[in-house]
Amino acid sequence: MDFIAVVGRFFLGFLATSGRIAIFAGEGLGHCVRPPFYFRLIGRQMMDIGYYSLPVVGLTALFTGMVLALQSYTGFSRFNAESAIATVVVLSVTRELAPVLAGLMIAGRVGAAMAAEIGTMRVTEQIDALTTLSTNPVKYLVVPRLLAAILMLPACVFVADIIGVLGGYLVSTTKLGFNPAVYIKNTIQYLEVIDVISGLIKAAVFGFLIALMGCYHGYNSRGGAQGVGSATTNAVVSSSILILAANYLLTEAFF
Amino acid sequence: MAEATPKISIRGLRKSFGRKVVLDGIDLDIRAGESLVIIGGSGSGKTVLIKNVIGLVSPDDGSIKIDGEETVGMNARDRARIMKKFGMLFQGGALFDSLPVWENVAFGLVTEQGVRRTDAKARAAEVLAAVGLAPEVAELWPAELSGGMQKRVSLARAIATEPEIILFDEPTTGLDPIMGDVINDLIIACVRKLGATALTITHDMQSARKIATRIAMIHRGRIIWHGPVAEVDRSGNPFVEQFIYGSAEGPIQMEVRRL
Repeated sequence: MDFIAVVGRFFLGFLATSGRIAIFAGEGLGHCVRPPFYFRLIGRQMMDIGYYSLPVVGLTALFTGMVLALQSYTGFSRFNAESAIATVVVLSVTRELAPVLAGLMIAGRVGAAMAAEIGTMRVTEQIDALTTLSTNPVKYLVVPRLLAAILMLPACVFVADIIGVLGGYLVSTTKLGFNPAVYIKNTIQYLEVIDVISGLIKAAVFGFLIALMGCYHGYNSRGGAQGVGSATTNAVVSSSILILAANYLLTEAFF
Repeated sequence: MAEATPKISIRGLRKSFGRKVVLDGIDLDIRAGESLVIIGGSGSGKTVLIKNVIGLVSPDDGSIKIDGEETVGMNARDRARIMKKFGMLFQGGALFDSLPVWENVAFGLVTEQGVRRTDAKARAAEVLAAVGLAPEVAELWPAELSGGMQKRVSLARAIATEPEIILFDEPTTGLDPIMGDVINDLIIACVRKLGATALTITHDMQSARKIATRIAMIHRGRIIWHGPVAEVDRSGNPFVEQFIYGSAEGPIQMEVRRL
């Protein structure tokens, strides 16, 4: 009986949290299309989320592309199918690895920072102060982060696509003995626009999820430093899980 | 002659958090131009009351009228209009630490009144001067300021938009006595200059005596005494007497275990 009560409480808690997040997301998206627009803040967030994430995203993509070329070679050489490596690298990077890995890296870097910053503002009454200055905190704090993340994740992933493919190219041409021209030809030959576009759409969705979770957990943090710490952890964990879950759904949609 | 409509009128205000009753039927009027100080111990409901007045917390029951207009249950657009009448000094300052001092002070001017940033910066410098801060402070970040300076910047932010009602949440808490008195003088000067209505909550009696025209005492979510500041010493109310003399003996019993 107790077990059923625990399951019931957990389920009700899950539904209540889902509902609160949905309302928060609806409020945020609603404010995205209603003035006033804080362009200065959107620009600043675009720099924070996009530009300053480029090094970590670039390095992740570079090493992933390099490892992918090596691992593909290990498998494909057993079937004398080494010529498919370039295609496997470019399809894996653009459709799957660049958006997911960039999303996870940015969730750790940016999602945590959002939750910590907004959470600190909550516990030090800065969010209350915004309200007393006739400024809607959701519009001022959440909307710029949502918009910037939705716009900048695809940009980061596009760069990651190029660097990831470059990583595969470097390993294949210097270590595996591929002809550079042939490798590039194989890379381009079977690549379709939808491969890149599907990755960019995934990235936009992941950006939305990262900003939503970072803002939601920060905005609702309570109880001083410990509350901010919990908000940060929850933001990273929940956005990472949601990225992986959303990735499956989107992959199935683009399959 | 009919009495003028109070600037703030509170009737039957109730608020509970879970089973804890914080406000238990508050009735209070604050007239225009008056400086009302609400005194009371920690946990007596002062902060929750002031947050209800400014709309940061929604009451469970009761009425709060600003200039005769009911604000409880007000829609977002009307609430935004009413908020323009308010300025608030927070206990911890609540300065935006991602913005330099001048942008903190000019925040309301830019977002609320649409003043251009260059004009707002000049206006911020004037307001900072009014609270005794040098022009160089404008370019500093809140984290670079002492507690007293943060309070003064917060006061400057609260008055920059020239609000009709200013709320002060524990304005002298955490400050040394001299800086506390400086803040008291600044509050009096700013409120007088703007002709604003002031509502202050504090447990600092020296501050209360200095800035109040009227004092009300809150205990366990109820107003148990109110009257002119000159009468606080002869209130005849044992709760007020215990509080103003800071005595451990009396009707107010703190929930502490004796050693």
